Amino acid sequence: MTDNKLINLVNITKSYNDNIVLDELNLYIRENEFLTLLGPSGCGKTTTLRIIGGFESPDHGQVIFEGRDITKMAPNERQLNTVFQKYALFNHLTIAENIAFGLKIKKKSKAYIDDKIKYALKLVNLEGFENRMPDSLSGGQQQRIAIARAIVNEPKVLLLDEPLGALDLKLRQDMQYELIRLKNELGITFVYVTHDQEEALTMSDTIVVMNQGYIQQIGTPEDIYNEPQNAFVADFIGESNILPSIMVEDKLVNILGTNFACVDTGFGHNKPVDVVIRPEDIDLVKPEDGIITGVVTSLLFKGVHYEMEVNAHGYDWLVHSTDLVPVGSEVGIFVDPFDIQIMNKPESEDEEAVELEL
Amino acid sequence: MVKRFFERFYIGLILVFLYAPIIILIVLSFNSSKSRSKWGGFTLHWYKELFKNQSIMNALYTTLIIAFLSALIATIIGTAAAIAINSMKKTPRTIMIAITNIPMLNADIVTGISLMLLFVALRYTLGFTSVLISHITFNIPYVILSVMPKLKQLNPHTYEAALDLGASPVYAFFRVILPDIFPGVFTGFFLAFTMSLDDFVITHFTKGPSINTLSTKIYTEVRKGIKPEIYALSTLMFITVLLLLIIINRRSADKKEPVRRL
Repeated sequence: MTDNKLINLVNITKSYNDNIVLDELNLYIRENEFLTLLGPSGCGKTTTLRIIGGFESPDHGQVIFEGRDITKMAPNERQLNTVFQKYALFNHLTIAENIAFGLKIKKKSKAYIDDKIKYALKLVNLEGFENRMPDSLSGGQQQRIAIARAIVNEPKVLLLDEPLGALDLKLRQDMQYELIRLKNELGITFVYVTHDQEEALTMSDTIVVMNQGYIQQIGTPEDIYNEPQNAFVADFIGESNILPSIMVEDKLVNILGTNFACVDTGFGHNKPVDVVIRPEDIDLVKPEDGIITGVVTSLLFKGVHYEMEVNAHGYDWLVHSTDLVPVGSEVGIFVDPFDIQIMNKPESEDEEAVELEL
Repeated sequence: MVKRFFERFYIGLILVFLYAPIIILIVLSFNSSKSRSKWGGFTLHWYKELFKNQSIMNALYTTLIIAFLSALIATIIGTAAAIAINSMKKTPRTIMIAITNIPMLNADIVTGISLMLLFVALRYTLGFTSVLISHITFNIPYVILSVMPKLKQLNPHTYEAALDLGASPVYAFFRVILPDIFPGVFTGFFLAFTMSLDDFVITHFTKGPSINTLSTKIYTEVRKGIKPEIYALSTLMFITVLLLLIIINRRSADKKEPVRRL
């Protein structure tokens, strides 16, 4: 990844019949970056991707590509290619013809095209599939062909619209590795749209969390997970305990009536805040060692860990632990100061959709 | 067993009622006697007479030309209309589909008379072109009806994928959309062709005195008195329409397209 800004979205606004999908969105994408637009359905992530691809035009705002304004350019003239949600292969054409589609339009020589088809099929591990028809392939294979069809055109940017959405879990995980490998081999920019937070955390260099047409947070997967900037991000990325609290002073927060040590400063004195504590960051200890005490009210086995709910001070704390604590036991809850993440409380709806300075 | 027998018997009875008149017609077309009640032996004489009859051959030629041209033009217009309707929002789409369906359900005689009145009002001389225009008009809904389901099945992203790979909208349509909806377009063409061959009422009102299609020719001949050539002609028309319908039904039964290019 370089610092060179390849795509710049400036003040993009888009609405459908009075329903604002994107509101003054600003975002840049760097060369060689794996950037993921993450959010629930209807958050505007797919619309953003379609605006970059040229399939939708914004009501106002600009799309800048390599310093050139391409807002009004038709999709067939843009130097980017898209991998669509449901593959969108041409069912009446063979795999080879599908892959050659873009190259034939660019009037490349037959030898060049044949070479490219071989190369692309090798890249997606489907050598020898030239003469098969798309409907004889499995979903995962079709998705690889869709990727091959896009990358033979040597785009500077590959746009991917929930490409793994229709695949089953195991295949999805395999394809995640495959995509990371592809990106590294091709050395191009990927803009990826998904609602799956695990997918986003695994593959991305940068995650853009979106909700209701606003960008909520931009950051590396670690930033987004460990330091969510508001309750929406904390809730959307993984499971979490979000507790309304009072920031007593720097490095001291009052959660449900008890003071906890933390590491955050600069929130002021006696100010209402939201606190995020990840379930795996809560340690269940002997009652006398805990900061507060509670009673285990439910227990679920989840494979790698147990998921427990501990009722303490009127709140059901979600706890993940590899150690089993039976339902009904009294336990102490201990949280390391580093694991307490303080967030400003939104004061208005506009502020809830935090707009970030880029 | 008994139940089975009655089921078969019932179906048989229905078929007899439906097809007995046509079978009598077919039998009579091979009857060497001119009488309608006496069997005079097998002959192909009336078929030979039929092909020698210049005015009937003219009518056949007109019928085929009109059927082909009207089906072709209706297919082009209907396919374009279906694509436009399909891309509309829900409410206007429902309204448009209803509007295009009405001419199919409308009584032929109403359609025929209104078309005639329209041509007269526009001072358009009734003749070949007025029949052609009328046939195109009543054929378009059949094309829309058979293309629509294919468009609904289409993955909306294939067209965008073609654009994304650098295709112009026109190239994308002919290379990507048309092959996918082609079975529907083809069925629509055949349906329109059959409907045009079959039509009497609308043609009767819009044709004017100068031309005749087979059905209007038969009608005028019958008024003069029935000649056995007409049985032969009707038999041939029945078989042609039957064959066309079999082709259409087989095509729509084949869900999986066998057409595959290597």
